[in-house]
Amino acid sequence: MSRNGPVALTFHAAFVTFMVAPIAIVCLVAFTPEGFLSIPTTEWSLRWFRAIARYPEFVEAFWSSLILGAASSVVAIALSVPAALAVSRHRFRGRDAVTALFLSPLMIPHVVLGIAFLRFFTQVGIGGTFTGLLLAHVVIVFPFALRLVLASAVGLDRALENAAISLGADGFTVFRRITLPLILPGVASGWMLAFIQSFDEVTMTVFIATPGASTLPVRMFLYIQDNIDPLVASVSAVVIAITIVFMLLLDRLYGLDRLLSGKGTD
Amino acid sequence: MVADPRPGPLPRETEYRPWLLSAPALALFAAIVVVPLAMTVALSFHDFSTMGGIKPVFILKNWHDLFTDEYFREMFGRTVRIALWVTAICIVVGAPEAYILSRMSARWRGIFLFVILGPLLISVVARTLGWALLFGGATGVVNQALMKLHVIARPLPFMFTETGMVVALAHVLVPFMVLSVWAALQRLDPQVENAALSLGAPHWTVLRRVVLPQAMPGVLSGAILVFSLAASAFATPAIIGGRRLKVASTLAYDEFLNTLNWPLGAAVAVLLLAGLVVVVLGANRWVEKRYAGVFE
Repeated sequence: MSRNGPVALTFHAAFVTFMVAPIAIVCLVAFTPEGFLSIPTTEWSLRWFRAIARYPEFVEAFWSSLILGAASSVVAIALSVPAALAVSRHRFRGRDAVTALFLSPLMIPHVVLGIAFLRFFTQVGIGGTFTGLLLAHVVIVFPFALRLVLASAVGLDRALENAAISLGADGFTVFRRITLPLILPGVASGWMLAFIQSFDEVTMTVFIATPGASTLPVRMFLYIQDNIDPLVASVSAVVIAITIVFMLLLDRLYGLDRLLSGKGTD
Repeated sequence: MVADPRPGPLPRETEYRPWLLSAPALALFAAIVVVPLAMTVALSFHDFSTMGGIKPVFILKNWHDLFTDEYFREMFGRTVRIALWVTAICIVVGAPEAYILSRMSARWRGIFLFVILGPLLISVVARTLGWALLFGGATGVVNQALMKLHVIARPLPFMFTETGMVVALAHVLVPFMVLSVWAALQRLDPQVENAALSLGAPHWTVLRRVVLPQAMPGVLSGAILVFSLAASAFATPAIIGGRRLKVASTLAYDEFLNTLNWPLGAAVAVLLLAGLVVVVLGANRWVEKRYAGVFE
């Protein structure tokens, strides 16, 4: 039972409404049967979801966002596992500096990163390419992957690895059969969190995206800047639905409060 | 992999191992973070003209303009003002909510933590679109309802106003405050509250003398985080503020993708970064000194 008084519960209700209303309204408007922005009152319609198919720019951007999210989070995890093992089990000179560098994309505003990437990619000749997008996304999702892998690597019982070594297992076998399975929850949730961060990223990407290599949030952002109609609401509703599926998985696997206590997005 | 069962510093011969393990990530970060940031700082000192493009010379023109031109001062003033308002709202709204959450039963708390923290993972574009749908001019849902009920005669101004930017940004960032205060309150022993109550302290006094001091470090670190994210936010101010009501990040965007004056845009970005580093490091140091005992 709640020990909160009526005033506290009223405040709580208002707060939850404040949090949910803007997201709920997007999902509601997406189902409007009308040709303009309105909340469906008498009937629901899927016409605006069907309309997405007629806008190849959204469909293409959706697939490239999915591929980019999957690829960048896989690369970030592959890099973060050895890095997390280095930071969690070795004390070496420069360890704090290395950790700070790895977590720096959380502290540096994404606008600044976007500008830095744009300048750099243009200079080295990969401006407007998928490679550029991929490198940039690996960097910005890396801290999220690292943090979750690190959390599971720190809690690892070294005695299990020592037992394997004493039984004659070589270094790689110990990693494959003992270490990796033990840190797998961190690796899996780190990958998912990294995927969502990449899938939702707009601020940095808007600087380096081009019509040829873009992402869904960037397309949505540019579209909204010109006009707001039910189409962009239905695209947003699809994005929200995908995110909620990942969110439920992450909550089961890891717990959202534990996952998010740290630094943020935007 | 050589496991070392002993605590303490590792033997010398394995010192190369952590560097070897982190080498791939370090190489990526050196090439894709350190070098580009250094290039951006350098870019901010270059010259630009509409005819000749970017000239790689060393001049202070961009920086001089930023600090003297009234236009830029207004822009950075607006950025700081909005970030302060957002921080204040997040404290006033988020901190009590975290306390209310901490007093709920585990089951309800789980559900509401999900509802409140979940939006952090939802695209900022989608969340800001929601505010535009609620309050955007005459077609905004809330505006329509209020006008139908004759509460207001004209739609509430929201789009293209600073108030709109503040409200939408507070919505985007308040989960960070809830999370931060919630983490601080988890260290609070409920028995201390009960002890104060059993000694006859009125509820309000318990809040002020027991709960608030414990929550304070969480409130302050949440405030630092919210301030820095609000000051550097891009998508929300760009959508709500439109093309006229600019903040530092949307100004940098304009210089890069519309005006094409990259050196000036780079100077704006570097100033934003430097300002935030100073504010965040300074505030963190102050909080840690003030609340040294709590963090141990």
